[in-house]
Amino acid sequence: MKICVCVKQVPDSWAEKKLTASDSTLDRAAADRVVNELDEYAVEEALRIVEAGEGEVTILSMGPDEAADSVRKAISMGAHAGIHISDPALHGSDALATSLVLAKALEGRGFDLIMFGSESTDARMSVVPAMVSARLGLPQMTFANKVVVSGSNLTIHRVTDYGYDEVQSSLPAVVSVVEKTNEPRYPSFKNIMAAKKAPMETLSLADIGLDAATVGLANAWSEVKDFAERPAKAKGTVITDEGNGAEKIEEFLVTQKFI
Amino acid sequence: MSEVLVLIEHSEGNIKKVSLELLAMAAGIGEPSAVFVGPGADAALATLGDHGAKTVYVADGQAFLDHVVVPTVDVLAKLVAEKSPAAVLIPSSADGKEIAGRLAVAIDSGVITDAVAISADVVATQNVFGGATIVHSKVSKGTPVITVRTNSIAPVQSGGSATRVDVAAEVSAAAGATKVVNRVSVQKSGRPDLSEAAIVVSGGRGVGSDEGFASVIEPLADSLGAAVGASRAATDAGWYPHQFQVGQTGKTVSPQLYVANGISGAIQHRAGMQTSKTVVVVNKDADAPIFDLADFGVVGDLHSVVPDLTARVNARK
Ligand SMILES: Cc1cc2nc3c(=O)[nH]c(=O)nc-3n(C[C@H](O)[C@H](O)[C@H](O)COP(=O)(O)OP(=O)(O)OC[C@H]3O[C@@H](n4cnc5c(N)ncnc54)[C@H](O)[C@@H]3O)c2cc1C
Ligand SMILES: Nc1ncnc2c1ncn2[C@@H]1O[C@H](COP(=O)(O)O)[C@@H](O)[C@H]1O
Repeated sequence: MKICVCVKQVPDSWAEKKLTASDSTLDRAAADRVVNELDEYAVEEALRIVEAGEGEVTILSMGPDEAADSVRKAISMGAHAGIHISDPALHGSDALATSLVLAKALEGRGFDLIMFGSESTDARMSVVPAMVSARLGLPQMTFANKVVVSGSNLTIHRVTDYGYDEVQSSLPAVVSVVEKTNEPRYPSFKNIMAAKKAPMETLSLADIGLDAATVGLANAWSEVKDFAERPAKAKGTVITDEGNGAEKIEEFLVTQKFI
Repeated sequence: MSEVLVLIEHSEGNIKKVSLELLAMAAGIGEPSAVFVGPGADAALATLGDHGAKTVYVADGQAFLDHVVVPTVDVLAKLVAEKSPAAVLIPSSADGKEIAGRLAVAIDSGVITDAVAISADVVATQNVFGGATIVHSKVSKGTPVITVRTNSIAPVQSGGSATRVDVAAEVSAAAGATKVVNRVSVQKSGRPDLSEAAIVVSGGRGVGSDEGFASVIEPLADSLGAAVGASRAATDAGWYPHQFQVGQTGKTVSPQLYVANGISGAIQHRAGMQTSKTVVVVNKDADAPIFDLADFGVVGDLHSVVPDLTARVNARK
């Protein structure tokens, strides 16, 4: 079983995120960079599948030079190798470009499963896994909170509004997992040391056969025209309950015409 | 005037409110055409016409029940090629975003997710970073594919009627690659849908137990005609079903009123409710970050404040 997990490097969720004034792209220097925490569930699920049978887990990330740290970080959970796509021309890429680059990098490598987190905590689009599935022509098995591989068949529970759908496909397939799937492990000391020596391919756009003129800010399929900080909300009224808390809320709801 | 395609979200013909909101938004860009896939179109036609759809494209068949996402993308891609619409609007649900993403790949167009407004020249407004930043963006290549959040605009009843146009739906190889073998539903509560509700009453770790949800949170919700939401701490503890989680990895809600009880206001929770119009907070810790969002807050024990409030709201009826 060969599994590839796509992970994104993102600004720490707890930090304030900002756009850069000059070109409206994410200001990556404004916050600590971490592995998108929702991708850790995908790494964990991949490791469990491999540990239950046999095989190898490769981590793939597209991002600036610093994203290599996140690839190593993800490998240190217990993965075997990394692929980092980095190219100055990629700056400002949108979801169309990201999915194109990931699909190109994955093509022909013979992965049985290509796994994703359900969403990046910065872009919050939840579209890249579906787009990669479309580009590679592989079954889209997304929003899974349960993943079962049996021989060359795959079954997932796809989370829905009303509960879940049990969905089946053959392998190879594209899978995204939600945060209810498992509890990601902490890297062990042994695996942190192993990650430092794990094989890592660093590839440019030319290396994966893509023309720089197809991606990046200037070629994006969508553009940010302008942005502004939302004006801070006026501070509301906060009172301490002295037996009259409910009465005060009632008064507030009346003045606001909710009741 | 160019057509604007609106994907209708429904369950067996019961139209979700967001679909009618999208028809109103489409009317600001061009001529709204509804795209209705799956069973139940007959029951929906009049409502769609009454809310501004001039045409309803109907694609029915087992494909939409047996396969995930892709059959809908195939129908939309075909309509885009035939009609050259000014834009395609899709509800910002999990399915909706995936449909939008795949459609964008299929027709080589840009995609924008989670818009809250769209101007006549198809510039979308988004609230990003948990609502802290307002962004205006535009699709620069192809037909704009835009997903729109629930509660962004009020539906408009125009009193019109729509023409039905049937569209053939085939199962492409990509659609056939996944098969739904079983559909599992959690029990319906009879309360308003969480993502659509005008009022949401939420509970967190402070609620303390599933019994607390049943005896404290649900009664307040019912007194206000509200939906019930929960923080991840509460859903992870098993006090309330996961479907009702609000936040980064749960539902994004934008109601007129959000009542947060025993919720601290972690960034992942705020990501799902920050754009609520009015926020009321009950929390015993005066330093809880959720108070930063409060229009009205009470520092106190929810187990006494909330039942008292419920009784007061009920007494006014
Ligand atoms: C990848 C990831 C995704 C996540 N996604 C989500 C998400 O979608 N939604 C989400 O909500 N969280 C999410 N979280 C979790 C989030 O970080 C917080 O842990 C969670 O929101 C805390 O829930 P809480 O506010 O109920 O609990 P706590 O933070 O423990 O807060 C409980 C609050 O209740 C108050 N309280 C206690 N007793 C009483 C009482 N009797 N009366 C009044 N007040 C009382 C306390 O003062 C406290 O402020 C996510 C985390 C991660 C890592
Ligand atoms: N630059 C990237 N490199 C690798 N994986 C990515 C990248 N961007 C997004 N992904 C993957 O796609 C998922 C969904 O991202 P998004 O569509 O941006 O919400 C993430 O959880 C990652 O698994």
